[in-house]
Amino acid sequence: MSFIGWSQILLFFALVLAVTKPLGAYLFRVLEGDTRPLPRVLGPVERLLLRLCGSADRREQTWVAYASSLLAFSLFSVLIVYGLQRAQHLLPLNPQGLGAVGPELAFNTAVSFTANTNWQSYAGESTLSYFTQMVALAWQNFVSAAAGIGVALALARGFTRRPGPDGQKTLGNFWVDVMNATLYVLLPLCLVYALFLVSQGVLQNFAPYSQGVTLEGASQTLAQGPVASQEAIKTLGTNGGGFFNANSAHPFENPTPFTNLVQMLSIFAIPAALTYTYGKMAGDTRQGWALFAAMSVLFLAGVAAVYAAEAQANPALSAAGQVAQAGNMEGKEVRYGVAASALFAAVTTAASCGAVNAMHDSFTPLGGLVPMVNMQLGEVVFGGVGAGLYGILVMVVLSVFIAGLMVGRTPEYLGKKIEAREMKLAMLYVLVFPLFTLGFSGLAAVLPQGVSSLNNAGPHGLSEILYAYTSGTANNGSAFAGLNANTPFWNVTLGVAMLGGRFLMMVPALAIAGSMVGKKVVPAGPGTFPTHGVLFTGLLVSVIVIVGALTFFPALSLSPIVEHFLAGAGKLY
Amino acid sequence: MFSTFLTALRTCVVTMVLTGLLYPLSVTGLAQLLFPGEANGSWVKDGRGRVVGSALIGQGFTREGYFHPRPSAAGSGYDGAASSGSNLGPTSLKLKERAAAELERLRRENPDVAGPVPAELVTTSASGLDPHLSPEAARWQAARVARARGVALERVLNVVDALVEGRTFGVLGEPRVNVLLLNLALDRRFGPLPDAAPGVGGGGSPGQGAP
Repeated sequence: MSFIGWSQILLFFALVLAVTKPLGAYLFRVLEGDTRPLPRVLGPVERLLLRLCGSADRREQTWVAYASSLLAFSLFSVLIVYGLQRAQHLLPLNPQGLGAVGPELAFNTAVSFTANTNWQSYAGESTLSYFTQMVALAWQNFVSAAAGIGVALALARGFTRRPGPDGQKTLGNFWVDVMNATLYVLLPLCLVYALFLVSQGVLQNFAPYSQGVTLEGASQTLAQGPVASQEAIKTLGTNGGGFFNANSAHPFENPTPFTNLVQMLSIFAIPAALTYTYGKMAGDTRQGWALFAAMSVLFLAGVAAVYAAEAQANPALSAAGQVAQAGNMEGKEVRYGVAASALFAAVTTAASCGAVNAMHDSFTPLGGLVPMVNMQLGEVVFGGVGAGLYGILVMVVLSVFIAGLMVGRTPEYLGKKIEAREMKLAMLYVLVFPLFTLGFSGLAAVLPQGVSSLNNAGPHGLSEILYAYTSGTANNGSAFAGLNANTPFWNVTLGVAMLGGRFLMMVPALAIAGSMVGKKVVPAGPGTFPTHGVLFTGLLVSVIVIVGALTFFPALSLSPIVEHFLAGAGKLY
Repeated sequence: MFSTFLTALRTCVVTMVLTGLLYPLSVTGLAQLLFPGEANGSWVKDGRGRVVGSALIGQGFTREGYFHPRPSAAGSGYDGAASSGSNLGPTSLKLKERAAAELERLRRENPDVAGPVPAELVTTSASGLDPHLSPEAARWQAARVARARGVALERVLNVVDALVEGRTFGVLGEPRVNVLLLNLALDRRFGPLPDAAPGVGGGGSPGQGAP
């Protein structure tokens, strides 16, 4: 580890801190407030779009209606993305003449992009046409992020709305939330951001792949495409699906250390800002900063661990002797080096983005452990766009419940009582994640269809399996990419894991919102446990760590942890 | 229920046109207007005006008079249509064997150079298209290049130093040298290598070690 490496990490964190308040205040203004920018230009556009969508009435929805809208929207999304892939050979903008995508792969990809996961069993440059990348995938990159923001807003409204004398049942309107998030947040930011990326060298064209001759006279084909427009929403919407196989390590996706910094910042920007937005909704910004603080503690601990691990030499190369290693450079790009690769790995897995600028499969055992743990904490360390906020709010419910047990009072949060129904739903939310992750990992570890896809033997092979289902269920999408996931077994099981990790967690979150929104607000008394101080933040961090550790420690000790000790002893597979 | 489905379908179509068509087409239009060079691949030309690749994408070099890039796991090496890392983990026997073979090749190609080999030269990058070397990894090869070109080592090192890019804003990323631009600078300074001269190098088939 070096001083300059840490400066880079702290500079990044300072920028995240700097954007949280202004962007959070803007999000509050356009998503919850009445004043939106450029009312004379965008106002009519917004009204026209909502009328075309059939939701011009902006009718408030109950949690059931909100959840039904989300599910119906996601169902059509999956069907359309599936259909576009299956028919891409018939559609325009396919200069390479790429054929139709096979059914299992098309299913996996359709689910993956609808669920904001962007797990990729395919290599973009050899599988998908420009039309599929744009119309199917970029589209879902936008709306799956917008839907995540919608669910987070609904849960936040559940906690923060004050019921009037007639009670309160509604949580907002899903269609309006999706449209506002797309039109006022994602689209304008992406437009500017994509042009910045192009200025740095990211491609944006529809040309066929170039057939060139190198300086030494060999032929070299270079893939082309509308990359920058997709790259922008890939990171801003915490999607993570690369245009090319190598994702943000590809120089045409992420050409310079400057674009690398901006990509990382764009991954954290909205999840971090939403904590501030939440504080504004609660009428007490300290509530939001407490969540931000808990996330920051966990994030910085993760960065320190992965940076320390990756600054170590790769044992497989040391054994060969005579190699000067300033860190583990297998699977890393020279322009980022160890520090910016370690930071990117921590950022992309803490947030449920899944873009990578280095190959996690080639990380040291403990360096690969950290991204896995980041996801296994439930994607609440800033987390996905929206998903991070609703995830940590469920953890807040658990924390105030445990605090209530300790002092013998009915737990309450923001003046609303947390009761048996909410606790059951929160536990359901918490248990769905290990069910899919560990259940499928166990299955894949014993079935020949599972283990035949591994790229590495020994405990690292188990890490590849565990990483894949963790990433799928957590809707992250990064991979220990040596795993050949493009087989019917992996495509189908990962598809199911992604569906479970998205919708079986969103629906309980919305149900909690529905049962909280109508509760009377009790004024804070001397016995109220404050949920904005250091004590609460510490408790929240502990609950997140304990839940994650209890669930996944046994599996992790069989994969990266045992690999760490075997690597130290010079054992190779 | 039916009305929810209808709204869902209509919203799908509207958002698809907006974000899947209008947005990328607008970005393409603006990009082609404002940054046509970058948007189309950042191509570079040699002294004769021939396009020899992209400044951002690494390419294979095997001749002794050129600096060599890192090993690549993209296709059969620097395949710009098949980006990939090796994805071999730290306890992989394959990785150890591959690194040992690279090391052996580097020692054979650079008999005059003592001292440890910089790690980049035996490791594959994440994309397989890494255009850069660390300044140390370039300097390490300079003696071979100087001998093959029949020029003083000092002069080759000067070319390397002139092309070192520092950290962005002094903190971001790592110092590096672009291998293609470096080799073009060599050709400019010392004259191009003769075409496929048998006595000079390995004959120019990428991915193969020099004899």
